[in-house]
Amino acid sequence: MNFSEVFKLSSLLCKFSPDGKYLASCVQYRLVVRDVSTLQILQLYTCLDQVQHMEWSADSLFILCAMYKRGLVQLRITVWSLCTKSVSYIKYPKACQQGITFTRDGRYMALAERRDCKDYVSIFVCSDWQLLRHFDTDTQDLAGMEWAPNGCVLAVWDSCLEYKMLLYSLDGRLLSVYSAYEWSLGIKSVAWSPSSQFLAVGSYDGKVRLLNHVTWKMTTEFGHPAAVSNPKTVVYREAEKSPPPGLGHLSFPPSRAGTRPLAALESKYEIASVPVSLQTLKPAADRANPRMGVGMLAFSHDSYFLATRNDNVPNAVWVWDIQKLRLFVVLEQLAPVRSFQWDPQQPRLAICTAGSKVYLWSPAGCMSVQVPGEGDFPVLSLCWHSSGDSLALLSKDHFCLCFLEPAEGRAALGQQDSRT
Amino acid sequence: MGDWMTVTDPGLSAESKNISQYTSETKMSPSSLYSQQVLCSSVPLSKNVHSFFSAFCTEENIEQSISYLDQELTTFGFPSLYEEPKSKEAKKELNIVAVLNCMNELLVLQRKNLLAQENVETQNLKLGSDMDHLQSCYAKLKEQLETSRREIVGLQERDRQLQCKNRNLHQLLKNEKDEVQKLQNIIASRATQYNHDMKRKEREYNKLKERLHQLVMSKKDKKIAMDVLNYVGRADGKRGSWRTGKTEARNEDEMYKILLNDYEYRQKQILMENAELKKVLQQMKKEMISLLSPQKKKPREKADESTGTVISDVEEDAGELSRESMWDLSCETVREQLTNSIRKQWRILKSHVEKLDNQVSKVHLEGFNDKDVISRQDHEQETEKLELEIQQCKEMIKTQQQLLQQQLATACDDDTTSLFRDCYLLEEKERLKEEWSLFKEQKKNFERERRSFTEAAIRLGLERKAFEEERASWLKQQFLNMTTFDHQNSENVKLLSAFSGSSDQDNRTVHSKPQQKKPPSVSHGSPVCTSNVTKSLPASPTLDSCQMSSCVSEHSSISVLNITPEEMKPNEVGRECTNQTWSVASRPGSQEGCYGGCSLTYTSSHVQKDDLP
Repeated sequence: MNFSEVFKLSSLLCKFSPDGKYLASCVQYRLVVRDVSTLQILQLYTCLDQVQHMEWSADSLFILCAMYKRGLVQLRITVWSLCTKSVSYIKYPKACQQGITFTRDGRYMALAERRDCKDYVSIFVCSDWQLLRHFDTDTQDLAGMEWAPNGCVLAVWDSCLEYKMLLYSLDGRLLSVYSAYEWSLGIKSVAWSPSSQFLAVGSYDGKVRLLNHVTWKMTTEFGHPAAVSNPKTVVYREAEKSPPPGLGHLSFPPSRAGTRPLAALESKYEIASVPVSLQTLKPAADRANPRMGVGMLAFSHDSYFLATRNDNVPNAVWVWDIQKLRLFVVLEQLAPVRSFQWDPQQPRLAICTAGSKVYLWSPAGCMSVQVPGEGDFPVLSLCWHSSGDSLALLSKDHFCLCFLEPAEGRAALGQQDSRT
Repeated sequence: MGDWMTVTDPGLSAESKNISQYTSETKMSPSSLYSQQVLCSSVPLSKNVHSFFSAFCTEENIEQSISYLDQELTTFGFPSLYEEPKSKEAKKELNIVAVLNCMNELLVLQRKNLLAQENVETQNLKLGSDMDHLQSCYAKLKEQLETSRREIVGLQERDRQLQCKNRNLHQLLKNEKDEVQKLQNIIASRATQYNHDMKRKEREYNKLKERLHQLVMSKKDKKIAMDVLNYVGRADGKRGSWRTGKTEARNEDEMYKILLNDYEYRQKQILMENAELKKVLQQMKKEMISLLSPQKKKPREKADESTGTVISDVEEDAGELSRESMWDLSCETVREQLTNSIRKQWRILKSHVEKLDNQVSKVHLEGFNDKDVISRQDHEQETEKLELEIQQCKEMIKTQQQLLQQQLATACDDDTTSLFRDCYLLEEKERLKEEWSLFKEQKKNFERERRSFTEAAIRLGLERKAFEEERASWLKQQFLNMTTFDHQNSENVKLLSAFSGSSDQDNRTVHSKPQQKKPPSVSHGSPVCTSNVTKSLPASPTLDSCQMSSCVSEHSSISVLNITPEEMKPNEVGRECTNQTWSVASRPGSQEGCYGGCSLTYTSSHVQKDDLP
């Protein structure tokens, strides 16, 4: 594993192009485009103001930079064509958590609307922005929606005040309504499996419910108790250790200590013997958005694994085996988990905890790697390159790339293949 | 009573006593027992009675007393004491015989009475003890009754309390339920209120939005609106199409196409899954049939009709199914048949397995018994056989001995004897030779060892010599230094030298036990007095501690040397790991270390999770 040098960054704006050739990052009002393999600057654009949002076009030919400060009040959605001078307007969009979603092939867009205190969903054809379907949803306050990866089913969920999940077909038919319980805070996070076979719904009761795509009923529910007692579950616990003073360190202590102040604390994983009780946080019940329930959910690219985080056990990442529908591994970190993301090519999970380390898990094992460099490098976020060979690590005002050995990855993958 | 018997002579007194008894019996009460008891209680009065009776007859009133007695006796039915008067004028004569008879009879009566009294007394005692026993029993039972009554009361109390508690709990439950219901109602009402409020707010919000919109739009300032500065030409040079009914229809078509594709894909998957399941089912069925068919003959032989018919049925089914390729038909038509046949087969299989299990358990039991018996028999047979063999062998030995003796006894030839002797000698020679060679080898070994020992000794001596020389020179220097510093406290110097000498000797004793023939010339200066001092100070504590510390330091250094290789490894790995973290993208050399570290973790986890697939 190798690391690139550290580059400057602002507002965590760093993205790989969809074709994997370029890397765009923003530093204040500048946009820098680099080559992924050499990291040389290919282009440098200067904007009028600080960039607040940046995005690649699907064909990797264009980059969008947003400066919200220079925006103006718009109460509608405007669609500009980049080729022709045509402009389309869509009225009554609903400002909510996830009110707009495109199908993966980019053919359709679903938009949440609010008219006369009722929620509606409009489905547009993206080629000519024609309204394809428009229907009202039986929700109190629609909070989000997401297309299934195959683009045929739209999952729509209500705000956290009510547990309600509605599933619509592309042609606007209501396929199913699912509600796990009443009178309590409901859905917190939703994720489709890449195979479109499962819909994982994380809720404030600390459970993930898996709905299947045939009956749209619950297949199983995964609780996140603070005590792991199943002996088949492996619990990796991060442990920090100062390296034992060897002869090399003793020979010239002053010079060593001067050059390497940060490498003093090494962290590694230990396999804890079950039963294990995880560190829990007591959420404040009288505040809005309490820190409880399953707030992060992600399927691995092959739909074999599901990684979750229960927000009142913030230091732990649960990895579930979807084939056997049971808990597979629990990783307990020393600090609260900030973000995790699956490798887009193989079952490998990268985790960061706002510390200067990045953690990798695969079914074969897990490890923690210190990010080198002068001073601290708190990794706040990370994103994978589409090839799965490199990983961008973002801190508050720097970023660097982490190159993973393809051989190493393949070895891990080979093990995985042989086991399945 | 007893002492009364002994004290009083059995004469008149006894008689009078009896008399009084009888009189009282007749006069006082009919119940003899009671009267006897009374009499018993009046035992101490007997003396007085005696005295009174003794005064009954005196010299003067013999006649009267006799007549009185006669009267009394006759009233009791005894014959009269007087003789029958032969004539009327004749005076009544005392009949001695009658008196004696009377007395005898009285005595007999007395004895009988005594016996009866004794019996009655023992009976009385018995009854008394019985009475006591019964009384104690009664008391015990009463106590028991009391305790059980108390218990009952306690239990009743507890029951009452529990019932009370239960009632309370029921009440609480009801209250809680009510509370829950109330809260739910509150929540529901709150929810509706919230929704209502939300709607109101939203309407207000919408109004404001509208207003804002109007304000923004009324300006109609073109500059505020966003415009695309540079249009991107389409790669294919096509222009955007107009929105018409046609495109709408096309979009619909496309949408349905996508949906249809999805459904088709899913159906295909389901079909595939179905086919696979069917295959599995078929295979299972086949295997079941093949499993059941070989032993369907046996049941038929056994005339087990029920299973036989079922199996034949199954066979028919199987035949049908294999004949017509029903598996390819849709499930609906075949389902019932299939499930039925499978169910039937399954039932047969189950019963069969159960039967087998029973048989196995039976066989197992029987087998155990059989084995036991057989083994015992075998054992006996074997022992018999062995005994027989031993007998035979003994006989053989005996005959051989006899034959040998016969041969020796019969005049054996000289040749044969010499031959025999030669034979023995040759054997012995051989043995001696072997021993000789063994000795030689041992000797060689000894020689070699001795040589090595001497070599080692020489080497040690040389080393020793060098060491002593070094020591001597060092001491000399020390001494010289001391002497140059100050001449006044020569005592100290002496002592010091003494210390050094003692240390030297200590060293000698400690270190050089094997090489005692050390050359004397090696010993350095500071001769006699040092030895004296060593005698007076056999082992100075400072020196000892010094030696000890050196020894310890040696030890520690050794231990360090021993440990370091082990500790080095993880250290090295760690360093390599950290090295790799420091390495920059362009440095490929440092990657191996990291990979090693990683592989370590991988292996460990792999070992841990071997049971997982």
